[in-house]
Parts: sequence; C-alpha cells; structure tokens
Amino acid sequence: MTSTASRATPSATPPAVPPADPPADPPATPPATPPADPPATPPADPPAVPFAYRRGSAAAAGLATGRGARRRDRLSWAIRTASVLFAVGLWQLLTTADARIGLRFDRLPSPAEVAGELVRQLQTAVYYLDLAQSVIRILTGFALAAVLGITAGILVGRSRRAGDALLPLIEVVRPIPAIAMVPIAILLFPTDEQGIVFITFAAAFFPVMVSTRHAVRALPVLWEDAVRTLGGGRRHVLWNVILPGSLPGIFGGLSVGMGVAWICVISAEMISGELGVGYRTWRAYTVVDYPGVIVGMATIGVLGWLTAAAIELLGRRLTRWLPRAEGSGS
Amino acid sequence: MTLNALETRRAGMALTLDGLALGYGSDPALRDIHLEVASGEVLVVVGPSGSGKSTLLRGLAGLLPPYSGRILADGAEVTGTAPDRAMIFQDDGLLPWRTVRGNVELPLGIRGVPKRQRMAIAEQWIGRVGLAGFDNRLPRELSGGMRQRVQLARALVGAPRAVLMDEPFGSLDAQTRAEMQRLLLDVLRDTSATVVFVTHDVDEALLLGDRIVVLGPSALGSAPLGRTGIRAVLDVPGPRDPATDRTGLRARILEEL
Repeated sequence: MTSTASRATPSATPPAVPPADPPADPPATPPATPPADPPATPPADPPAVPFAYRRGSAAAAGLATGRGARRRDRLSWAIRTASVLFAVGLWQLLTTADARIGLRFDRLPSPAEVAGELVRQLQTAVYYLDLAQSVIRILTGFALAAVLGITAGILVGRSRRAGDALLPLIEVVRPIPAIAMVPIAILLFPTDEQGIVFITFAAAFFPVMVSTRHAVRALPVLWEDAVRTLGGGRRHVLWNVILPGSLPGIFGGLSVGMGVAWICVISAEMISGELGVGYRTWRAYTVVDYPGVIVGMATIGVLGWLTAAAIELLGRRLTRWLPRAEGSGS
Repeated sequence: MTLNALETRRAGMALTLDGLALGYGSDPALRDIHLEVASGEVLVVVGPSGSGKSTLLRGLAGLLPPYSGRILADGAEVTGTAPDRAMIFQDDGLLPWRTVRGNVELPLGIRGVPKRQRMAIAEQWIGRVGLAGFDNRLPRELSGGMRQRVQLARALVGAPRAVLMDEPFGSLDAQTRAEMQRLLLDVLRDTSATVVFVTHDVDEALLLGDRIVVLGPSALGSAPLGRTGIRAVLDVPGPRDPATDRTGLRARILEEL
C-alpha cells in the first residue's frame, strides 16, 4: 500500500503529530506512585522500531486530514469510475460499429450482449453450481497450501537439518509450473476432483513456503532472547515470537499464492473438470458461445478479486501492530 | 489474593564467574573473569563500548554459552536461560504485537499461571511502574521511557531472583533517565533480587550500585590487543544514598576507564 513514498524515516515526521503516534508520556498523572515521564520529553525519544517495521509511519503523519482530503478522495473516485465507463463505452462503440482496425471487433460480443448473457446465466442453477465447485476447490487447495507452506517455511527457516532434508526437493519441484503437473495429477489421483485440488495446492504452496521462510529468517533475535530470558522454551518462542513476528511476510506469500491458485484451478478445470467456472468457460468456447466465455472470465475476475481482498483484510487485522498508515488509527 | 505467593521475599541469587572466557567466534573477547556477585546486591558493570559488558550479561542470562570456565547460579552451573534470571534489554525488547498487559503477562503465561490471576498480577505491576490506564496500548504507541517501564514490569512480574539489565536507560533523554533511575530504586527496595546492571554512565553506576566492576582492556599488556577483562572492583560507600559524596570514587573509575 504505502511502499515507496513512505520509506522516509520517522525522524522526518512533520510537526503535525498523528493521533496514534507516541502519545507523549502520560499527560494526566496516573494514580500510581511514581510520577510518569514528564510531558516535555516525547520528541527526544522517537519510537525505536526495527527499520523493516517503520514503513509508513511518516506517510501516516503526512496524510492531510479534513475537507481537502475528502474532496481529493471524491475526485479520485470520480476518475476511477469514469475510467471504467470509458473502457466499456469504447468496447460497446467498437463492437456495434463492427470495427476492423487491425483487431477484429466485428466478431466480439458487445457489453450489452454479455450483460444479457450474464442475466440469463444468473437465473440458472448450473451457474451457481459451477461457482460453488470452483470455490470449494480453491479453498481446499489453498487451505492445504497455507498450512503446509507455513509449516514447511518455519521448519526450513529455523532448522538447518530440516533445511538439508527438504530444500533440495523443494528447489527441484519449484520451477515446474503447477499446470504442467496436470498429466501426472490425472495419473496419480483416483478422481479428477483430487487432481484439481492438488494442482491448486501445488501452485499456492511455494509462494507461501518461500515467503514464510524469508520472514522467519529476517526476525530480529532480540524478541526471541526476550522470551527465552523470561523462561520460555522452544514452544513459547514459536507461538509468541516466530508466528506473530513473521505474519506480515506470511501474508505477502498468501496473497501471491491466492493469485496463482486461481490461475491454476481455472486452467485445471479447463483441462479436466466436469463442473466449475473454468470448465464452463472452456465449454462456451468449444460451442462458439463468446458471450458465455466473457461471462466466465468476468466471474473468475470477481472471485479472484474477492478472495484477494479477504486475505488483505485478514492480514491487516492480524498485523495491526505494524506502524503503518491505515492501521495506526487503532 | 495470591499476589503474595509471588511477592514473598526470596533470597537473591548468588552468581559466580569462575575463570570465564566469553565471546563470539573462536576468539572470545572476555577472558579470565573471576567474580562473585553476592545474593541481593546491586552490581554495576561499567566500561567503554566494546568492552564486553553486554556479552558478560548475555552469558549470565544463559543466552551465550561460555567459551571456557563456568558460570554458577547458587552453585549450579548455568546451561541455559531460566525464569529466575530475568533480563531487561536496552530497547525493543517488548513484543510489538502484544499490548502492555500482554507483554507483562507473558512470563506468567509461560509459567502457566491461570488467566484471571495473570491479569490481576500484571495489573498491579503496570500500576507500580506508573502505567495504569495504558494496559491496552501497543508498544509502538508508547514513548521510549514508557516502553522501558513495561520492560521493568515484565521482568519483575515473575519475581525473579536475579535481574540482568543491559543499559536499560541508555537510549533515554537525561530527564526520563533520572525518572527511571528513581523508579528502579523504588522498585528494588521491595525486592531482594540480585541485580547486575550494565551501563556506560559512571554517575548512573555510582547512584545505583553496591559495587562497581570496571571492564576494560586487560591490565599490564598481559593479553593481546582486543581482549578485555576486569580492571577494578570497587565498593560504593553509602550505596543508593544520593547525599553521599563519591567524587573520589568517581575520579578513580574515570581513571580506570
């Protein structure tokens, strides 16, 4: 979200202090015995956070508030809507005019035809069956990939021996696109269903595993030391430091994993399914039903967008402690 | 209330460093350390940066195994970390995803103290370090001084028998640091834990310590360059009494440094 623009260090924080940043030392005297830090001190101790976790705090401070910002928000929404409407309008224009300008728009269905087809399909049961089937496949494969990917990533990131045992295998299989495993999946798994779920799993597993591994290895040692000196053993370090500390990185992997999982579930369905959005889209193509193809494409787009948004939302909720722009409102 | 169970004055831990060599890699920076830390005393370790103060403390905590020699805690060899030897870090020792209360409850959770009890004990310590009402704040929402208060509460909530402090006030401004020193003296009065406190600030050492250990380059050129050891162990007259005049001792320490 706030990637490049916000790399500035917190020391560059503009005078307008964001509401949630260091709330100056306790202003009203707390009832407890020793007096709180004097209110005069806060500028002297900026939040000391490892640099990787500092992203965005300056951007948070730089965000203007009030009416100016709201007007700018409204303007950018207007531009976004206009941009989409323009594209659809152009499409409608080119198709109704049967334009042949290098690209042959005369055979492409118009947005109106596609909308009509969508409305028709929305009234059929098979549309929802396909939808449910694809969602079940992706959620099963993705859930497996998340659990096993995080587990393997932590194992490989923490234990040298586990790395020795697992990494060679992983590195050999990783460059193979999951979709290239379809023939083997068909051969190995008794049902198509299992094969498709396996392909989805294989696609999402690697991004999750790799980013977990990197996140685990990038964790500052200090937190682990702290838990150990408080009497914590390996289990405590795992639950209290490694898992929560690598969540920001893990969610990066989950986002990428969800993207490739959709690519692969749709492709696998096109090859070997008997139900599912991918299968339906391909079938529409084989009977030269182009409006149907585009309805399928749009359905896939919306599903992919929804699942990506769900992961993004969950990730933000679980990593609220990060000093980032959006979350700092508490 | 079961607070008293954890509050009861348990004798501080006696620590012995016996011919200790400690450091990273195959060429330990600290060599031939012999030192007795008496039960319940406040021992301050001073030295220039790079003199191995923090290394010594990590050894005592059990985070760094000795290269040779032994570390004894009440006569038993230290082989790893233990809840009886709590450590306070210079900064960033708090878990950023846990609230103030979550951090203070952590050692109790590790010990398996039941949830309700945990909350009560944590609450009491949060008040004691002057952070009542800040229970649900995240570390990033606190100032440096407040974060060190939380670390202090987190280290002491489990009633450890030794507290190891690694320049805990080193990154605070002068005024906050003075406040924290006062708070520390206040809290230490109620415990009998042994304290090993590392600092590079001589005045802080004089204010807090029963005894002061000066670390520095090994004396008389007996050891090769880059090695450090104990240059002096000094008693502080009238410990923790701000009124006592310690200019002589101060000059002596500065000379050793």
